[in-house]
Amino acid sequence: MNAPAAIPVPVRLAQLHRHAPGTVAGVDWDRLAEPEARRLRELGLDEGVEVELLHRSGLFGGPLACRIGRMTVALRRHVAAAIHVTPLALHP
Amino acid sequence: MNTTPLVALVGNPNAGKSALFNALTGARQKVGNYPGVTVERHSGRMTLPDGRPIELIDLPGAYSLDPSSPDEQVTRDVLLGRQQGERLPDAILTVVDASNLDNHLRFTLQLIALGLPIVVALNMVDLAERDGLKLDPEALERELGVPVVATVAVRRRGLDALKERMAEMAKGVTKIRPSAGVQHDIVLLQRRARQIATAVTVSETAARRWTHRLDALFLHPVAGPLILLATMFLMFQAVFAWSEVPIGWIEDGMKWLGAEVGTALPDGVFRSLIVDGVIAGVGAVVVFLPQILILFAFILVLEATGYMVRAAFLMDRVMASVGLSGRAFIPLLSSFACAVPGIMATRTISDDKDRLTTILIAPLMTCSARLPVYTIIIGALIPDRAVLPGVGLQGLVLFSLYILGVLGAFCVALVLRRTVTKGATSGFMMEMPKYQWPRLRDVLLGLWQRALIFLKRAGTIILYTTVILWALLSFPKPPEGSNISKVDYSIAGRIGSGLQTIVAPIGFNRDMALALIPAMAAREVAVAAIGTVYAVDNPDDEAGEASIREQLQKHWSLPSALAFLMWFVFAPQCISTIAVTRRETNGWKWPAFMIGYLFALAYVAAGITYWSAIGLGL
Repeated sequence: MNAPAAIPVPVRLAQLHRHAPGTVAGVDWDRLAEPEARRLRELGLDEGVEVELLHRSGLFGGPLACRIGRMTVALRRHVAAAIHVTPLALHP
Repeated sequence: MNTTPLVALVGNPNAGKSALFNALTGARQKVGNYPGVTVERHSGRMTLPDGRPIELIDLPGAYSLDPSSPDEQVTRDVLLGRQQGERLPDAILTVVDASNLDNHLRFTLQLIALGLPIVVALNMVDLAERDGLKLDPEALERELGVPVVATVAVRRRGLDALKERMAEMAKGVTKIRPSAGVQHDIVLLQRRARQIATAVTVSETAARRWTHRLDALFLHPVAGPLILLATMFLMFQAVFAWSEVPIGWIEDGMKWLGAEVGTALPDGVFRSLIVDGVIAGVGAVVVFLPQILILFAFILVLEATGYMVRAAFLMDRVMASVGLSGRAFIPLLSSFACAVPGIMATRTISDDKDRLTTILIAPLMTCSARLPVYTIIIGALIPDRAVLPGVGLQGLVLFSLYILGVLGAFCVALVLRRTVTKGATSGFMMEMPKYQWPRLRDVLLGLWQRALIFLKRAGTIILYTTVILWALLSFPKPPEGSNISKVDYSIAGRIGSGLQTIVAPIGFNRDMALALIPAMAAREVAVAAIGTVYAVDNPDDEAGEASIREQLQKHWSLPSALAFLMWFVFAPQCISTIAVTRRETNGWKWPAFMIGYLFALAYVAAGITYWSAIGLGL
């Protein structure tokens, strides 16, 4: 615990590096519209679930393809920005 | 009273539910509708190993019993015995994707809590194993406390075992009302589902993720859109190139039939009705069956492989710029085949405003019924020469008509989203299923159903309208020895002349005006109508496309023809589309709005085209 840099800091899913998995630390549910939040829960998003950013679509801020658990889901960026992720320790 | 046990087939989208339904019932399926809603009711018969029959209904895919679309609402209402026109199922057969247990089990837990007898099909175990996931179906059975059978529906594996378990379940069936209410706590169910999924997973290795590799290509920021464009190009190219030969067969068949019947029947009104009305009219439409089937084949394959969702993903940014979501891409692409299934496919769009906008612009996608009209007029009046090596002028004009429809749709969506369907930007959240090789059987079954629907239309609506039109065109007969043409003297000719005063400013002649009326019943009838008009006027000509072409060249000017094509890009669609819009939007308000704006658009566009063409000296 004497090396604070080793404690992973949660980042937003939208800012995660591609193919660098993490676990969901928290979701700003109030930043999402009610149906959006519900569908997101139905797609299995919850604290502690493993997520990974897979693809960003094209230019101009298109949607993102993310892995939630074992499922691939397309999300718009503002949704991905509401999801906080703790990056998993990566192999050096 | 129907005593055949009713089993509801339920599951998440992408769990392979329809494949299981096809595998269990084969071709013994019925497609109907639930009263009051347009959700299709797919039902089929299957026989248990002990010989008892079962009626299986394929309920729309859902994520939970808390519906967020009209489709999911039907699923919930049927399971709770609340759906009008459907009895309460005696039992449930639920399908889960083996590689997506932690998610799909949540819905299963909700279903089990309903208290109806239930069997779980642990489907696509082969794909899960391919992805390095090994599961223990027996452990799952213990955890859930209900029968579980491992299946691979597309390869018909595990079906016998599944039927055995269903037979056991059916033995003890007495009518049970769902005992417990619906469990609504998604988070709680989800956590339990994850626990179970972990408990039944024997081993999980780093997966050979084919899907991820393919996605790296298909969702690539540069390659992805190019592949999508190439796929669309190939699709439309195929619609024309691959259909030539079968169209030739049908044409020859119709000509032969017309000639045979013509010689067999005595000269007179009846022969004219059969040869000029029925065979020429219906024949002119049936020749387009190959093109429609090729288009549907592409759409079915794109859907079955999982690529369609990728296309929606790639298109989301573009769609968002006009206030729609990538989800709208799928119904809009289907609308190129026919607006009716396209509009019905909007039911997966959860946002109301988004869905309404998509419905309103769906008719602007060039449906396959417009193809006959386009191809015949282009073939007759646009010179067949190359503008660039390999690019013909005719093809270019046809392509522009498609593009015009799409551009028109985008502009309309943009305007609508800022005015009548104003609202918060809708979201885009979609599960992206694994890629799968499409099963020929399932595609053929889908095509067969489409072909039947089309031929039924040709045999009913199109037949009636062509016969009525023939009658209107043939009576009253001009007096003997008069030199007025038969058509001019007929009732239809007089209606056409009246209508012509409205459409003359945009360059339409009487025959065009005449074709507009039956085209409202079904667009492709416009061709049949033109065919019938000229067949009645010149009974000595052999019926068929060639003679329509010559007649068009004789009677139509190029500016008029272009204006007519433009009319067909925008004008309100067939009655079926209006009817389905009324059902989907629950009233006459939106269909009336749609008819109004499309007519206005068509009139203006045709007028501009006509006068520009005249101005350019075409």
